[in-house]
Amino acid sequence: MSTNTIVSLPDQETARIPKKNFLTKENGLLSWLLTRDHKRIAILYLITTTFFFIIGGAAAALIRLELLTPTGDMVSSDTYNKLFSIHGIIMVFFFLVPIAPGVLGNFLIPLMIGAKDVALPRINLLSWYLFVIGGCFELYMMIFGGVDTGWTFTTPLSTHYVNSHVIGAAMGIFIAGFSSILTGINFIVTIHKMRAPGMTWFRLPLFIWSYYATSIIFVLATPVIAISMVLIMLERVIGIGLFDPTKGGDPLLFQHLFWFYSHPAVYVMILPGMGIISEVISNFSRKRVFGYTAVAFSSVAIAVFSFFVWAHHMFIMGISTYSALLFSLFSMLVAIPSAIKVFNWSATLYKGSITFDTPMLYAFGFIGLFTIGGCTGVMLATLGMDIHVTETYFIVAHFHYVMVGGMVSAFMAGLHFWWPKMTGRMYPESLGRLAAVILFIGFNLTFFPQFILGYLGMPRRYHFYPPEFQALNVLSTSGASILAIGYLLPALYLIWSLRHGAIAGNNPWQATGLEWQTQSPPLTENFTEIPIMDHEAYDYAWLERQSRDNRREEAPSAE
Amino acid sequence: MPNNQAIVPAASEPAGAGHNEHPSYLLHHFQSVEQQADTSNFAMWLFLLTEMMFFGGLFTAYLIYRNWYYLAFVAGSHQLNVVWGTLNTVVLICSSFTMAMGVWCAETRRRSGLVLCLILTFILGLGFLGIKTIEYSEKIEKHHVPGFHYNLSSFLDPASDPEIFKEYHDKPLPLDIARHTELYFSLYFLMTGMHALHMIIGIGILGFMIFRARAGAYISGHVTFVENFGLYWHFIDIVWIYLFALLYLISRH
Repeated sequence: MSTNTIVSLPDQETARIPKKNFLTKENGLLSWLLTRDHKRIAILYLITTTFFFIIGGAAAALIRLELLTPTGDMVSSDTYNKLFSIHGIIMVFFFLVPIAPGVLGNFLIPLMIGAKDVALPRINLLSWYLFVIGGCFELYMMIFGGVDTGWTFTTPLSTHYVNSHVIGAAMGIFIAGFSSILTGINFIVTIHKMRAPGMTWFRLPLFIWSYYATSIIFVLATPVIAISMVLIMLERVIGIGLFDPTKGGDPLLFQHLFWFYSHPAVYVMILPGMGIISEVISNFSRKRVFGYTAVAFSSVAIAVFSFFVWAHHMFIMGISTYSALLFSLFSMLVAIPSAIKVFNWSATLYKGSITFDTPMLYAFGFIGLFTIGGCTGVMLATLGMDIHVTETYFIVAHFHYVMVGGMVSAFMAGLHFWWPKMTGRMYPESLGRLAAVILFIGFNLTFFPQFILGYLGMPRRYHFYPPEFQALNVLSTSGASILAIGYLLPALYLIWSLRHGAIAGNNPWQATGLEWQTQSPPLTENFTEIPIMDHEAYDYAWLERQSRDNRREEAPSAE
Repeated sequence: MPNNQAIVPAASEPAGAGHNEHPSYLLHHFQSVEQQADTSNFAMWLFLLTEMMFFGGLFTAYLIYRNWYYLAFVAGSHQLNVVWGTLNTVVLICSSFTMAMGVWCAETRRRSGLVLCLILTFILGLGFLGIKTIEYSEKIEKHHVPGFHYNLSSFLDPASDPEIFKEYHDKPLPLDIARHTELYFSLYFLMTGMHALHMIIGIGILGFMIFRARAGAYISGHVTFVENFGLYWHFIDIVWIYLFALLYLISRH
């Protein structure tokens, strides 16, 4: 298994983790909590988002267990409502949105563009604290009784009819929103102003392009969710009437505001993944990404289009037929840049010299699952189909294919790919491949039956269902338990590798990005000297020339 | 180790050497003072963009409800005091002028001028909030605060409100239209309240800046903080000008 690999590790007998690096620079809890180092903040994000992932995952496990039987025999209807609301709120706002920017974005953007840090290091730390404070509000909300509106806070349910902790949940999202805003500002400014000499826009790794697009969404969309959460809170506390039909307000206005953020936010949950996949696909097929410019601009195009599609969440809610038609058309347009990416990744593989290391396996999983998720998205964008399957498990399966099958696979690919850079040590390769395969199988087993369930008409958000749906639900739940192993296994071996993994050296993957041209783990200031970018991105010939030159330099001195 | 020498060293001079000035305020991760100033300026503009989107949600709600309930919005706006509103607009524009002078003083390294300008801006900002408080308390007296025993009598029977009736001669509104004035006042309090919150934050920062400026900060060529705060202050000013036109002057064209 391990013969077909491009990993080149240093001699394990003599190799050492560099004594001076960002992890060893200072010690003690305070040095972490007050750090302004983007790499340490990334680690902080990794720990906190993993914590929220465990909570959201536990809620999902309970939901799936409950759905094993057609009757509600484990939790009450009330508790079930709270479970899926908590699952949604935590997974969307406290895992999927912050995970890729917070962890990989923070760690890699300065390294990839050859900067010493993000442009605004203190703001960066502040945004982590805001994220944690927002998370604390959610924890408070959960401990003191939870919320049962679903993650969408649909009015007038959330403002007039439920007595759960809507205000706590909304406050948490409001505060965490500012964390996203500050991260977005930070990334845009960093990418504009902090690039190393020679790092032109079209020499940037595609990872950077997709994070740039993500940041545009952060900056333009997140303020709108902030104001809608403020309005929800005020509506509950004072009764301002903006969403209250008895006072002339319109509940639909809330949905417009909410989805104006939340639809672009869906692309926040996939665009960074696309950036990761571009890096991984290119590296493990030893080829420059096919159609670099097209892939770069398709990221920006997705970000721009994402602002014109929000009402496709509202086709059944009484919006006018003409606007529904337009939004349907715009929603289908998003498929174009997404398809550009998938085709270009496939074309990159063509005649590449492909190896199936763990990140690449996850990347293949991503392409397949994202394609299914994306194509069902086009199906849902057509009005007739959407009205038929809205609020069924078809929708649930569709967005889990994109968010979990897509984004989580991509994040796992990225985490494995950059793990040696973050920690200086390799994860165990064969276990990694095993976990990638388990994740893929478990995921499909969990969510593919849900497409069928939804098409047959099983509505989402109920824990009772007709007995004829049981077989598929049991299949889905058993898939979920396999999926859980697919998450636990990497968690275990990644922790194990912190101490016992093989020493990775600077560039175990023979990758071309600037982040690989410095030590692992990097110094606090990233590079000993600011690098000069004198070649295109993904220039594997340049890499070979470099290593040839190095060998030539080393040869005479050995004699 | 393979490939670890791939970095081409930049032709940079050691810190502090040669003509490259390396002042104490230059943060370690920037190459030059210009880069640092550019960066924080750019970040500030982006932040203002997010603020625009934040207020944008409220403006959207305003736009929709004003179109639906135009008569109620006109009647509601007649309850606002245009004199106070105009005065407040003048106060804010003056404060923007003193703020701009403050930035100029910081750039030209005039400490006492800077402190004076900041204090003037501070006072004008407080003046704005003072006038806003007078306006708010008028609304509270008339029970025009949505959600708290909102009172419709000024719209059902305009003659019961002689001062305003004298000026506008409004006709009585039917109940179903008059009810929608509550939405107008919701938006009025939301938009001006959100604006006032930004003012309060701004005044807080101004206090901090006055304190620092008296100790001699911002006049050593590192003026980005003053500049960026100026941008923020002008932004609030512009938001107010829109609010003034949209809330006070609905039927005056």
